[in-house]
Amino acid sequence: MDWVSAIIQGTLLGGLYALFAAGLSLIFGVMRLVNIAHGDLIILAAYLGLSTTIMLGVHPFMALLLVMALMAAIGYVLQRGILNQTLGDDILPPLLVTFGLSVILQNALLEGYSADPQKMNAGAIETASLSAGGVSIGVLPLMTFAIAVAVIAGLQFIFYRTSVGRAFRAVSDNSDIAQLMGLNKAHVFGLAMALALAVTAIAGVLLGVRTSFDPSVGGARLIFGFEAVIIGGLGNLWGTLAGGVILGVAQTLGAKIDPGWQLLAGHVAFLIVLAVRPNGLFPRVSH
Amino acid sequence: MADPMLSLRSLEAHYGDFQALFGVDMSIDTGEVVAIIGANGAGKTTLMRSISGLLKNAPEQIKFQGKPIGSLRADQVAYHGVALVPEGRQLFPSLSVEENLLIGAQVGRSGPWSLQKVYSLFPILDERKHQASTTLSGGQQQMVAIGRALMANPDLILFDEISLGLAPVIIKSIYEALPGIVGDGMTAMIVEQDISKALSVSSRVYCLQEGRVSLSGETRAISREEITRAYFGVEA
Repeated sequence: MDWVSAIIQGTLLGGLYALFAAGLSLIFGVMRLVNIAHGDLIILAAYLGLSTTIMLGVHPFMALLLVMALMAAIGYVLQRGILNQTLGDDILPPLLVTFGLSVILQNALLEGYSADPQKMNAGAIETASLSAGGVSIGVLPLMTFAIAVAVIAGLQFIFYRTSVGRAFRAVSDNSDIAQLMGLNKAHVFGLAMALALAVTAIAGVLLGVRTSFDPSVGGARLIFGFEAVIIGGLGNLWGTLAGGVILGVAQTLGAKIDPGWQLLAGHVAFLIVLAVRPNGLFPRVSH
Repeated sequence: MADPMLSLRSLEAHYGDFQALFGVDMSIDTGEVVAIIGANGAGKTTLMRSISGLLKNAPEQIKFQGKPIGSLRADQVAYHGVALVPEGRQLFPSLSVEENLLIGAQVGRSGPWSLQKVYSLFPILDERKHQASTTLSGGQQQMVAIGRALMANPDLILFDEISLGLAPVIIKSIYEALPGIVGDGMTAMIVEQDISKALSVSSRVYCLQEGRVSLSGETRAISREEITRAYFGVEA
């Protein structure tokens, strides 16, 4: 029964990883931009959530609404102010700039909040659990997973059923021709980054409720996000959820064997997928 | 006589250090169909890219409906009412046929063209509207590219090499559809290497040679010899 429990916990943890990955995947999918600062943006969102809960005295889930709006605004300004200037035929400038952004964010958070680990307090929901057939399932992880599924379904809807999603795909396909259709690339990219960072806000606040965080932990979140994206296959949002779940299950199973193997098992699972299916498990049909 | 719809004054265009257009002057009146002919590398596609805003120029070099548009971005030019059917069709591979058409309407200009009207012009697209645009034949893709430009309800439509890479029978059917498009009083510029096709649908013609206008005039008043000379640059 312990093993069943570990698989279930891992699956639910995978929901959080899928949220880390969804924003990353979206940014890469639309702008071909590898966002090295993604992990630190997740942590920034967690701190914004922390500040909001303390200053306004609201529950983290209420704070989330504000943090999403803030992060979306930051995303739009960041994209139009800085990142659009780095995009071109060369893939190096955006890598360097987002790497620099990562360093700046970490140090700014360190200045502002110190290196002490922080955590958001969500009250009774943190320890609430459901029992089903001898397995206990935490309400918070279950909610996180449900939110991840909802977010990915929502992104899928936006991408394939709305005119802004059509614009994202068109600009990603061929930005010159999209420009001829009256789409201002700079604005469309700004919207995509705003959407991605709104998702990042959800990931950051859920992270900050689940576990403690400090300014230095963004890098590991970036790696988890990357691994989930690659396992699932680039450009496939549901694949990203599958990637997150595989990573989460590998980690909890590893930890079950030996607590020291948690991260290692995740990385090994990632490497196996990469060796066997270099394009991920569910790559979008290439064209 | 009203101002021309489109006027080019001493238009110059560069790709880095390479100059592709040298002082091109043109003017096109409302409702006219004008052919632009010329050999490979004469500057025809550069001309299209300049007018549509994909290449930046000095503001006054291109005037559209009296407004200087030479330095606007392509999306701003699109809102003014210029649409380009690009060389090589260039559909969006991630979008279905219908989505490719719908994105053409993104500028939200009102006018006669709608999905229904495009489908009645090219009925085959109605049958294939949910397919990926990459699964269509070349001729069908060209229909989508034309439909996509029409969906913007432009005042001026630019056709860049619409017969390139297509079988003669397909070219014939596409050119047969053109009167249905320009017959509504839409102004059009047709760039072609296939001179006879271009001349058959146009009332006036400009010939480009090495970035300069080498000949212009009414289609029916120009002789074959003049065109040959202007096209190839050989003195007869």
